[in-house]
Amino acid sequence: MEKRTDKNSYTVIFAIGMVLVVGALLAYLASALKPMITENQRLEKQQNILYAMGINNNDEGSATFVSTDEAPELFEKYIKQQLVIENGEVKEDNKAYLIDVKKEQARAKNGKTRRLPLFVGEKDGKKFYIAPIRGKGLWDAIWGYVAMDENMTVQGVYFDHKGETPGLGANIKQRYFMDDFYGERLLTDAGVFKGITISKSNADPTNEDKNDYEIDAIAGATITGDGVTAMIKKDLKLYLPYFQNLKNN
Amino acid sequence: MGKDTKLILDPLADNNPITIQVLGICSALAITAELEASIVMSISVLFVLGVGNVVISLMRNIIPSKIRIIVQLIVVATLVIIVDLVLKAFAYELSKTLSVFVGLIITNCIIMGRFEAFALGNGPWRSFLDGIGNSLGYAVILIIVGFFRELLGSGTLLGIKILGDPVAKTGLYAFGYENNGFMLLSPMALIVVGIIIWVQRTRNKALIED
Repeated sequence: MEKRTDKNSYTVIFAIGMVLVVGALLAYLASALKPMITENQRLEKQQNILYAMGINNNDEGSATFVSTDEAPELFEKYIKQQLVIENGEVKEDNKAYLIDVKKEQARAKNGKTRRLPLFVGEKDGKKFYIAPIRGKGLWDAIWGYVAMDENMTVQGVYFDHKGETPGLGANIKQRYFMDDFYGERLLTDAGVFKGITISKSNADPTNEDKNDYEIDAIAGATITGDGVTAMIKKDLKLYLPYFQNLKNN
Repeated sequence: MGKDTKLILDPLADNNPITIQVLGICSALAITAELEASIVMSISVLFVLGVGNVVISLMRNIIPSKIRIIVQLIVVATLVIIVDLVLKAFAYELSKTLSVFVGLIITNCIIMGRFEAFALGNGPWRSFLDGIGNSLGYAVILIIVGFFRELLGSGTLLGIKILGDPVAKTGLYAFGYENNGFMLLSPMALIVVGIIIWVQRTRNKALIED
């Protein structure tokens, strides 16, 4: 005799029922947890920006953010101005850190103007200009925050990624890679934007040469490294007019 | 040895999912470049396989056999998404470390293999033990492979420099030792797994197939 569970009608009803139950469960969980997830992401952005300008809990070798409890307070304290640059016009906006770079890049692709967030931080009398960047690694998105001084010399970076290979591309968020950027220049002496290249052949593994516009690559992570090069060159170049203005005034 | 104990201990050695059943190789290659990633992945699979086996076992009499594979997939995917969401809300840092693994857990054939071969035909308690046993067997191999790949490839373990500093030339590096970058690439994971299989079968001839 045919088993009850072998009938086509039973199969269809079971499939529909299962989809409904699972769908409802996931939808409920996703919407119930959404406020907490958004809050976590908001704090993470503040932590990232602070990290880039050197406000972090780093010890010997690890990259450690300030704690989530302190982040809003420190962000308030150190970030003096949040700017949005649109069509060359600079406006202040204290929600600029919530601007989604991915969406802005998509807008630019569709021919609309892209809003560029820039954060001006101040620590011990020194000014930091922190810009978010975003690009593609090997598997998925990579992004970061770059802190610069008024000459566009790098004062600190933070990189992160969605799904790079652990042990290889994922190491762009390791200290030994990020720390190398400190002091590297983006502009030539003539003020032309040159960017920084992740290089496999610069014969400068400890990055003592700060005028070569190159950072030593991670072995086995060529495509992720190329992605970092590309996002630095593409996204930071957009900020060049702002820095030129800064100099002229 | 009791029947239940056997369920846990068998997959650790003589019926290991990776070295004997040759399942879950894909993730064993992908994430064992670091010991930490191996451990995180092992814990994730332990949870998903333990709970998943129980869920499938409870549903075993009502699942239509024609669509059982799809039902199994849905159960795995749902569990993984729930874990991911809960972690994102309550342990954000941890969830970022895990995000890479989410896709890999869903496609891990050990999970589907145990659902199909065991949970569909056994009660919840035995299925739970089988799930735990198999994920521990998986964990043992992952950790062995991760240990050697990170140690020989980067000279570190869990990110701590064990052999000295390759740039400053301290420790072993002072004598001209170099990290083997090849260890970090996937082919070496296969070779390490191969060596484990070889060692295991040399010690226990009963495991050798004709």
